[in-house]
Amino acid sequence: MARVLVGVKRVIDYAVKIRVKPDKTGVVTDGIKHSMNPFDEIAIEEAVRMKEKKLAQEIIVVSCGPTQSQDTIRTALAMGADRGIHVEISGPEYQTLQPVHISKILAKLAQDEKVDLVILGKQAIDDDNNQTAQMTAGVLDWPSGTFCSKIENNNGELTITREIDGGLEIVKMKTPAVLSADLRLNEPRYATLPNIMKAKKKPIKKITSKDLGVDLTPRIEILSVEDPPVRQAGVILPDVDTLIVKLKEAGHI
Amino acid sequence: MFSTCVKTLRITSKFGSLIRYESTLVIAEHNNEKLLPITCNTLTAAKKIGGDVTVLVAGTKCETVAQNACKAKGVSKVFLADSDAFKGFTAESLTPLILKLYNEHKFTHILAGASAFGKALLPRVAAKLDVSPISDIIGIKSSDTFVRTIYAGNAIQTLKSKDTLKVVSVRSTSFEPLPLEGGDAKCENVSAGDISNLVEYIRQELSKSDRPELTSAKVVISGGRGMKSGENFKLLYTLADKLNAAVGASRAAVDAGFVSNDLQVGQTGKIVAPNLYIAVGISGAIQHLAGMKDSKTIVAINKDPEAPIFQVADYGLVADLFKAVPELTEKL
Repeated sequence: MARVLVGVKRVIDYAVKIRVKPDKTGVVTDGIKHSMNPFDEIAIEEAVRMKEKKLAQEIIVVSCGPTQSQDTIRTALAMGADRGIHVEISGPEYQTLQPVHISKILAKLAQDEKVDLVILGKQAIDDDNNQTAQMTAGVLDWPSGTFCSKIENNNGELTITREIDGGLEIVKMKTPAVLSADLRLNEPRYATLPNIMKAKKKPIKKITSKDLGVDLTPRIEILSVEDPPVRQAGVILPDVDTLIVKLKEAGHI
Repeated sequence: MFSTCVKTLRITSKFGSLIRYESTLVIAEHNNEKLLPITCNTLTAAKKIGGDVTVLVAGTKCETVAQNACKAKGVSKVFLADSDAFKGFTAESLTPLILKLYNEHKFTHILAGASAFGKALLPRVAAKLDVSPISDIIGIKSSDTFVRTIYAGNAIQTLKSKDTLKVVSVRSTSFEPLPLEGGDAKCENVSAGDISNLVEYIRQELSKSDRPELTSAKVVISGGRGMKSGENFKLLYTLADKLNAAVGASRAAVDAGFVSNDLQVGQTGKIVAPNLYIAVGISGAIQHLAGMKDSKTIVAINKDPEAPIFQVADYGLVADLFKAVPELTEKL
């Protein structure tokens, strides 16, 4: 019976069309709809399924970020996680917070909480880094199963199907391990109202990076954030023949 | 006059000692037979940083690959590490070797392509060396300043790394491939070092196809939910064969089971930037556009004139794909 640590991140909702700030320092986040990073929902779902199969005993959910990150933790609790840890980081430190910092926080928590498995999403849809799981495994010196689309857990013997460029790959490892969830791993459940109510009673422990002894000194300086180049408006063509003419003119065929 | 001269000299020599000579290690991605195209794009990025470029070829019976890499112009050295331990090229088996090479040679940059291989490997290496890796760069401003996209390609971030070692993955479609000719690098055998058996590689199940590889194809034809079934993708394959194109798909088409996952184009799938991208029955969600909007010419075939894909398409055809695609195939 394993203890599972799941990391969740509060990000701008995937369906929102983001706006870059006029001063080019970042994107507008105030008053914008936020929700749990979609890959993290998949990570939570997988942990909850392990618990339902009696493969996991306890699910601890952790989020690093400002106060509002607690909403994201509550969502995970409503999906079935047992308790939460909120590592509060806000202001300028949050602006330059990177996987290099988060991975150290998660590694420390994994050791303190004596977990057997860390499950994370494969990437956050805001910074698109795809680093945290790999780095957490690196810090802990644990094996990593990245981009998982299937996890078979036979009492700590993991058989993992990974999504790779040409198809799929199957690897085996033993716990403790760090896994990252791909889209195909599962279909996350919706939290029901009774479960949302129950989640309000579940404990969330609030700590700081200092409590864990993790240094958040920025490793990067963001010089600018800009809009991508806008594509020139195209034309609607009347028929296939015109399309062929256009493609020929452009030298594509 | 004399004193000014001395002052200038002093400043120059002081500055001279501050300049670090760049030296880059490129982790080659290969299949034990040949270098994968993404390695050639990564080499171009490495040359852009300047200084020495060393390539690491680690694998199982991969000497030909190392010889291949020696031919790339501008590569000064190739390390060949041959061992059964590198079967499956797991991040766990390669990381100790890269750490060993870094400790011996103190590279300023470690680069790999931003593929499933590079994405799994580099952050582990970076964590071991306590540096913050930089993912999927699309531009290099200087040896410490890089450009990358965030928010599914909807914003472009320029960042300056404060770490002395830069661990960087490179978006292949943003850098031209370096041809494997004109070079004459020396190949040096290195020992595999400490073998890690944290992860046991079992097997790969690769989708077989005679068509060009998706990320490097000149023409890509993608199908979406509008294709209605996997069977109907045949329409696209026939057209693809006429155009020597690769076939891709939107997430909706993959989720519906029409085609396998490795064909997915988008934020969480593959990033492509072909000369010609033909989107068939794809509405054009933000996440899909992230994977294809740098294509030179985009053609959209969709029966819904309101589909967002038409906002990025150079040529749009508002038509039933089941009529337009066969007609296009026939007339080509």
